[in-house]
Amino acid sequence: MNLIAGAGLFWLGAWALNAWLTNGKWANTVPVRIFVPLLFGVTLLMIWELVVRGLQVPVVILPPPSQIAVTLMGSLPILWADLVQTFFKGALSGFAIGCASAVVMAVVVDRYDYLRRGLLPVGNFMAALPIVGTAPILVMWFGFGWQSKAAVVVLMVFFPMLVNTVAGLRDTSVMQRDLMRTYGADYWQTLFKLRLPAALPFMFNGLKIASTLALIGAIVAEFFGSPTQGIGFRISVANGGLALDMVWSAILVGSIAACLMYGLIAGLERWATFWHPSQRR
Amino acid sequence: MKGNTLPVLTVVVVIIALWYAACLPMNIREVLTEAERAGAVLEPPSPLERRDASTWALIYNNLAYTGESWSQERPRLPAPHQVAVELWQSTWVEEVHGRRGIVQSCSAVFEAGFTLETALQSCTFSNRSLVYHGGVTLIATFVGFLMGTGLGILLAVGIVHSRTMDRSVMPWAIVSQTIPIVAIAPMIIVVLYSVGVQGLLPKAIISAYLSFFPVVVGMVKGLRSPDAMQMDLLHTYGATKAQGLWKLRLPASVPYLFASLKIGISASLVGAIVGELPVQKGGIGARLLAGSYYGQTAQIWAALFTAALLAAALVTIITRIERRTLRRMGVAA
Repeated sequence: MNLIAGAGLFWLGAWALNAWLTNGKWANTVPVRIFVPLLFGVTLLMIWELVVRGLQVPVVILPPPSQIAVTLMGSLPILWADLVQTFFKGALSGFAIGCASAVVMAVVVDRYDYLRRGLLPVGNFMAALPIVGTAPILVMWFGFGWQSKAAVVVLMVFFPMLVNTVAGLRDTSVMQRDLMRTYGADYWQTLFKLRLPAALPFMFNGLKIASTLALIGAIVAEFFGSPTQGIGFRISVANGGLALDMVWSAILVGSIAACLMYGLIAGLERWATFWHPSQRR
Repeated sequence: MKGNTLPVLTVVVVIIALWYAACLPMNIREVLTEAERAGAVLEPPSPLERRDASTWALIYNNLAYTGESWSQERPRLPAPHQVAVELWQSTWVEEVHGRRGIVQSCSAVFEAGFTLETALQSCTFSNRSLVYHGGVTLIATFVGFLMGTGLGILLAVGIVHSRTMDRSVMPWAIVSQTIPIVAIAPMIIVVLYSVGVQGLLPKAIISAYLSFFPVVVGMVKGLRSPDAMQMDLLHTYGATKAQGLWKLRLPASVPYLFASLKIGISASLVGAIVGELPVQKGGIGARLLAGSYYGQTAQIWAALFTAALLAAALVTIITRIERRTLRRMGVAA
């Protein structure tokens, strides 16, 4: 009981500190802005740890964070191999193929108005569908290796990316296009010097959506069959053996990879679209 | 939208044509093996040579048998009409003519003397039909969606009104959108199962979890959308915080709410389907996995199309409600 009371006290103390910080005079400084959410995260972990220990929750239901950390550190080589299989081979290759082909398709679609009017509603429709459902079919076609995961990822990222890029390519004003024409620019010059740069904010939006979808696709596809490594494989096997600390470790590794990828794209966006109002400070 | 009917139809027709064409290279090898077993003479005659021959050469040399690619029993890629037949078989035929369909089970109730109790008990959809499985998934999606949306709106209201909450929770809500939450679905199912919770609730929790964060982020944006001038006006009226919430912030957030509801409902559906994978107790996800275990490709495709129809229907419903609501609120939509 003491541990649970401790959890309550810790919560109150941390919350009071956060409340004091966010309403104090340093509320808008960078260290406070970083410290406050971090303290909140630490509080959640502490409560989790203390409550699990205090109530003596069985490990097969909810392992304490400390145990998860120990498992994570103890099985780094396995988890790294899983990450390579799922993230670098499956998700990233699918992400690259899917996004690249979507951009090419978007340029073609944008060129022919008939195609645009026909494909865009279909693309919008497909973007809302549960495409993960195609995973069993693609695993059947491409085998258990990373190729089938990449194929699922390609399908998942293609339509959001297509819809966003097409919307971006239409984002130039008549005035801007007229200016290009007065310069005597042909179609390709207009495309590369005006329209693609103008489409970049939209494309980065699509890339961000696609980056989260990519890892989801790769992991879920592994539930339908995989070689003996991969994050999805690790999750389902450890889950079957009730080794929940391992499940949490695998999820943590996947989440970190996803966050890093998202952060990388956000950083690229800031670098490439520094001129856009949303990036100005 | 009206002017787009013809282009959309063209695209759909082209997709179907490509699909039929793709059936040839996908299925030809199986078709030829079957034809050989039935005694046909093929070109090239030996299986070994055929293994090394290119797919297109096989199709060209054995044109007489290529038609079989569209009518195989268990094709690698079923032709569109095969999927359509499977869909029809596993909905209408199964329910109306099937032994366990709703027509049979209901008529049995009427013959035995109709009471509400027996009707509710035995008047059921067949557990082999997609109507039943789609319904299972749909209910989980709805329950989860309602839970997720409700909690999401509550949290967003909290975040807008408390600076501490905003600074502590909001970064995590944004980070959580980047991580593959679906991955924890099997764990949630198994853990809840071992605690004794099973059936609808675990799936609904996953659905709720998936629709929760889009709603939080969208609603926070929406509740903050009234500009300083409008907030000042309410201030001069002497409005309380609650009045400000009900009369300005909530109405202003409605367009944002609907945008995130549309994302949320498709996320909920994905959550429910993935949640059905570990525990094989009905639902679209269970159908998908069963189909992939037994190589019933037509069944997988039919389940997939049912999922697509559900998603389309759900998004359409929300779009309709959105249009009506916004029009009544006087927003030009």
